[in-house]
Amino acid sequence: MRINTLFYCIWQGIRNIFKNKWFTLASVATISACLFLFGLFYSILTNFQHMVKNAEQGLCVSALLEEGLSDDRVAEIRSMIVRRTEVSNVEYVSAEETWAQFVEENKLGDVSFYTENPLEDCAHFDIYLSDVSMQTALVNYLESIEGIRKINQSFLTAQALTGVNAIIGYVSIGIIIILFLVSIFLISNTVAIGISVRKEEIQIMKYIGATDFFTRAPFVIEGMVIGVIGSFVPLIAVFFIYNEAMMYVAKRFPSLSQLLAFLPVETVFTNLVPVCIGLGVGIGFIGSFTTVRKHLSV
Amino acid sequence: MKTTGTRRRLGAGISDKAIVMEHVSKAYTVGVPALNDVNLHINKGEFVFIVGDSGSGKSTLIKLLLRELLPTSGKIIVNGTDVVRLKRRAIPKFRRSLGVVFQDFRLLKDRNVYDNVAFAQRIIQMPNREIRKNVPSILSTVGLAGKYKARPKQLSGGEQQRVALARALVNKPQILLADEPTGNLDPKNSWDIMNLLEKINNNGTTVLVVTHNREIVNAMQKRVITMKKGIIVSDEEKGGYIDED
Repeated sequence: MRINTLFYCIWQGIRNIFKNKWFTLASVATISACLFLFGLFYSILTNFQHMVKNAEQGLCVSALLEEGLSDDRVAEIRSMIVRRTEVSNVEYVSAEETWAQFVEENKLGDVSFYTENPLEDCAHFDIYLSDVSMQTALVNYLESIEGIRKINQSFLTAQALTGVNAIIGYVSIGIIIILFLVSIFLISNTVAIGISVRKEEIQIMKYIGATDFFTRAPFVIEGMVIGVIGSFVPLIAVFFIYNEAMMYVAKRFPSLSQLLAFLPVETVFTNLVPVCIGLGVGIGFIGSFTTVRKHLSV
Repeated sequence: MKTTGTRRRLGAGISDKAIVMEHVSKAYTVGVPALNDVNLHINKGEFVFIVGDSGSGKSTLIKLLLRELLPTSGKIIVNGTDVVRLKRRAIPKFRRSLGVVFQDFRLLKDRNVYDNVAFAQRIIQMPNREIRKNVPSILSTVGLAGKYKARPKQLSGGEQQRVALARALVNKPQILLADEPTGNLDPKNSWDIMNLLEKINNNGTTVLVVTHNREIVNAMQKRVITMKKGIIVSDEEKGGYIDED
């Protein structure tokens, strides 16, 4: 294809956007509405996932060590645990530290009358997981290590978090698929109405020998540009709403700030911007491509 | 039924033919076919009128020549191309070898005269400098050089048809198909268009005109093919319009 033909098709596509103002407006509004819902759901779900992840990271398995282990053996056990891929962090807590924590947590006050450490056999490793669903596998491994006498784990919490994670994943995929299909349907209809009005134009092009590509290219470019515009509008809206919501929650419910730890807007938008633009362009492309095809058989 | 003129003899070789239709039939649905075993040979450089009542098969014939439709049976050769065997992707290139003019002009309403004509050149990927040379030239041939900026709705019917004619001719087609080109025009504009078509024909382009315009057909004394109910009932060299009783 000659370069001036390519520029001609692009120019015609852009020109059509301004020429058919109402059609452009209707298409942009439809795409924006769909992508706005998508952006909103995406932000909520990513934050929810982030909160669950935070909860997961606070979850640890405690491996209590047998009394009287040498420092070398403790170091050896530690390195065996650290090597595991599901382990994100390992902290050694000596018997003395355990007792000190216990005293502090239970506000026991003066405990100088204890001549010996009552938790002498409670030196342990606090093991944090990178993937909470791997807890059982880790526990099985720890049980096989000589020098570990007991393992404390929150099996139910781990299971619940794994389940919540899975549900969030399924719900996200489900909502995204539904929104995508609804968008395609709505946009195809909007584009179909807009293009049907120009059916005669397509037929004239075909009668005088225009190829399918030449006929279709301006419409497809128009659809893609509408898609880009239609994706920027909801992105801007979601950006402001997200920031406002974060500020509102922080101000109104300060006590919940630990539990409702929102992701920074930049983190959410790192993925949301390319996904939204990609969806907008994709929807515009598919919508115009398929609709024009119906009128090409002249 | 009255016929005028002399009966036509078919003597030219196949290489001299612009259009060949052999035993062509076209049926849309079960019942009376739109075309029934039509045989037609048109030589290169000829000027031919196709006349007949509504439903006689004239428009179907044009659609078959444009490869808008495929025949139910028979063979169609246009400019040496077997239209029936033509692959879908080859249709645009084939259509570029034809010029087409319709009764309703079929201009792109949102573009001015220049852009409407230039559009045909853009389709064949003509460089811009050539377009800038060819379009004014063809517009001056059809007498519209001064109106290149006008939009179709700012032009009279005759002028719009001239734009359509310029668009059909700018790529220098070997055959020009005109489907009722004077159907929406007053007598003066009709004659202007027919004179232009004759001028184009004198330059070597084969011209096929489907028309109802009795006065023009009788006055121009060209080859006249008369159709009735999908059959060619008369083919006269220097013929006239056959009156139906």
